[in-house]
Amino acid sequence: MKFSTAAGAFVLGLSATGTAALAAEQIHIAGSSTVLPYATIVAEAFAEANPNFKAPIVEGGGTGAGLKEFCKGVGDATIDIADASRPIKAEELDACKAAGVTEVQEIRIGYDGIVFASDIKGPDFAYEPADWFNALGARVLKDGQLVDNPNAKWSDVKAGFPDWDIAAYIPGEKHGTREVFEEKLLLAGCKATKAYDAFIASGLAAADAQKACVKVRKDGKAIDIDGEYNETLARIDSNKTGIGVFGLDFYQNNKDKLKVATVSGIAPTVDTIAKGEYPVSRPLFFYVKKAHLGVVPGLKDYVEFFLADQMIGPRSPTVAKGLVPAPKEERQKMLADFQAGKTL
Amino acid sequence: MTDRALPLPPSQLSGPDVRKISRIDIGLKRRYAAERRFRTFGLMAVALALTFLALLFGSIVLRGYTAFQQTRITMIVDFDPAIIAPDGDRSPAAIMSGNAFRFDDLIAAALVRTLEIDPNDEDALYDGLDLLSKGSGPMLRSMIAADPTLIGTKKAVAFYATGDVDSFVKGTIPADVPESQRLIKDKHIVLIDRLKADGALRLAFNTALFTNGASTRPEMAGVGVALVGSLYMMLVVLVLSLPLGVAGSIYLEEFAPKNRWTDLIEVNINNLAAVPSIVYGLLGLAVFINFAHLPRSASLVGGLVLTLTTLPTIIIATRAALKAVPPSIREAGLGIGASKMQTVFHHVLPLAMPGVLTGTIIGLAHALGETAPLLMIGMKAFIVDYPSTPLDPATALPTQIYMWATEPERAFTERTSAAIIVLLAFLLAMNSIAILLRRAFERRW
Repeated sequence: MKFSTAAGAFVLGLSATGTAALAAEQIHIAGSSTVLPYATIVAEAFAEANPNFKAPIVEGGGTGAGLKEFCKGVGDATIDIADASRPIKAEELDACKAAGVTEVQEIRIGYDGIVFASDIKGPDFAYEPADWFNALGARVLKDGQLVDNPNAKWSDVKAGFPDWDIAAYIPGEKHGTREVFEEKLLLAGCKATKAYDAFIASGLAAADAQKACVKVRKDGKAIDIDGEYNETLARIDSNKTGIGVFGLDFYQNNKDKLKVATVSGIAPTVDTIAKGEYPVSRPLFFYVKKAHLGVVPGLKDYVEFFLADQMIGPRSPTVAKGLVPAPKEERQKMLADFQAGKTL
Repeated sequence: MTDRALPLPPSQLSGPDVRKISRIDIGLKRRYAAERRFRTFGLMAVALALTFLALLFGSIVLRGYTAFQQTRITMIVDFDPAIIAPDGDRSPAAIMSGNAFRFDDLIAAALVRTLEIDPNDEDALYDGLDLLSKGSGPMLRSMIAADPTLIGTKKAVAFYATGDVDSFVKGTIPADVPESQRLIKDKHIVLIDRLKADGALRLAFNTALFTNGASTRPEMAGVGVALVGSLYMMLVVLVLSLPLGVAGSIYLEEFAPKNRWTDLIEVNINNLAAVPSIVYGLLGLAVFINFAHLPRSASLVGGLVLTLTTLPTIIIATRAALKAVPPSIREAGLGIGASKMQTVFHHVLPLAMPGVLTGTIIGLAHALGETAPLLMIGMKAFIVDYPSTPLDPATALPTQIYMWATEPERAFTERTSAAIIVLLAFLLAMNSIAILLRRAFERRW
């Protein structure tokens, strides 16, 4: 039959061209969707500066998914770099080593700020971590007693806040951002309001008390957003009294729609985050498979290119996009460590 | 109408008959009313569906049509050989290598002349450069490498404005908010207005949207790689699922004995058609990538996964088309001495072909819009370079839409809708072809 001959020829053609395509491999990156925009900027600039290399392929998917893919082993079908918005966990590193990825190089590229913003026409907010704990904690301290969170309006949380029903759009549990939110706000607020001490006093061990602190109320006032920041923005568009959690980069691109709040009196800017004044920030990383360094063309050049001042320095395009640059000494040390071949 | 059995006027009827007739009348009224109600409900349902459809298309087209135009800033560039080829080597390889920033110098010089600014006034120069896409330097470099005879000439080049300038010119970044919250500053607005008055800045058809691959800069981003990726996948799906699906259905319909096993197979095929496509994505990840070690993000893998999702649809459509061929055709064929296979391939299959093709095209259209399985096999990725074979990394139209939908820049919002329009146009074209084929080859008995 004509069809099957054509099909056979096509499949044969595929396998013939396939071997050629596999030989000329390009860098493959996957991981954190927070790092994704910076990785794509560098990938694009890298391809423009080095026309002999193909542009790296960058996938999102989340820190955990990226590291899982990264730790599948070495070779053509595995990725070369995993982007991460948190350090690799010990068990992830163990999984890597078990699969043959014995040498992993860690690169810290800079910092990320997490901001709280509401509709542009609303009032200004100035939060303390304690306010977020009192607004969203599952159990809070009221008159010296641990009770299920009774606060229904922001004005219940603190005098001076508007008379708005609490509606907070916070990152879902699969987001790396959620961990920062829990640690830097809920846990800090829990300790500041002495609720942590009350949890301990009620007989909980320290680890369990921390878990109780970051437990978010489940009565619909805290809304998990598992999608991207665009979804959070859409929620605030339809509910003008909602408060959303965003990345600094996203807020900077939507300044005409969002009003940002201060935390502990500090407004989030690239400057305050780089100096460590703004409390809700975290380092961003990527992990390189050392075994691929001499094998995948351009991989070493890409990492060095990433660490150049032109890419993650104070006046670079990634910083314009919202990355908070690391101090110069830290960046130089990263590059030196990478070139020296330091592994985890 | 047959229910109304007595056409006699009521005056000629006796008591019980009159009662009977009036009861029939009441029943008739009720039945008419029921029919009217049903028609109204039907109309309402159709109207509601049409309204939502109109809303959907309306909002997409309204948000997306602006993306088919793009702000360009035209400047006369002096292709100075001293800057482009300082060592005199004008080969494309020499142009592509060396200091990449030398092309930005050409742009800066062109900007100084266009805006008539003092070349030593760095602030004014940078304000002007803010309007131009950061990809202008590489664009100029590729342009010269493609045509080295440009060197030494002066020629007008239409540069891309940045996505923010583009959004501002189109009005999606409003000018009436305070400057501190606005993405385009007052000093830039002055420049934009001036360039507009000179005719240097204007809207032109957005070719980049169709020819470029992924970019972090909305003005340079396009669906080109996604289109090629989708095309490769459709080829793989067509080449694999059409012969497989048709052969499978012919066997099941014409040759296989009707017993418990074939019943089981039939039930399973119907079930497979209803399996959520993400499941096929997971299967593809496990089998094609983790087990068979095919490359991630390759359109071949995407095509294989989509083949799996399309096969049941094609088999079901083909079997229905084969069933619709009257048994008399087969009997006639067998009766004049043709073998079973000759009967099927010479008579039954050609008659069923319109139905088979329609089913295939509708299956392909489904596959074209399928997103979920592609997310699992790495086709949601930032890919700049065109794939030269189906084994090279590529994206697909629906995943490109998904990626753009998550970008924060205003200019990506309209491009998302524009990409949806492109996808819908393809789906519409495919479905129209299916209808045309059916019209052209339809047989009536």
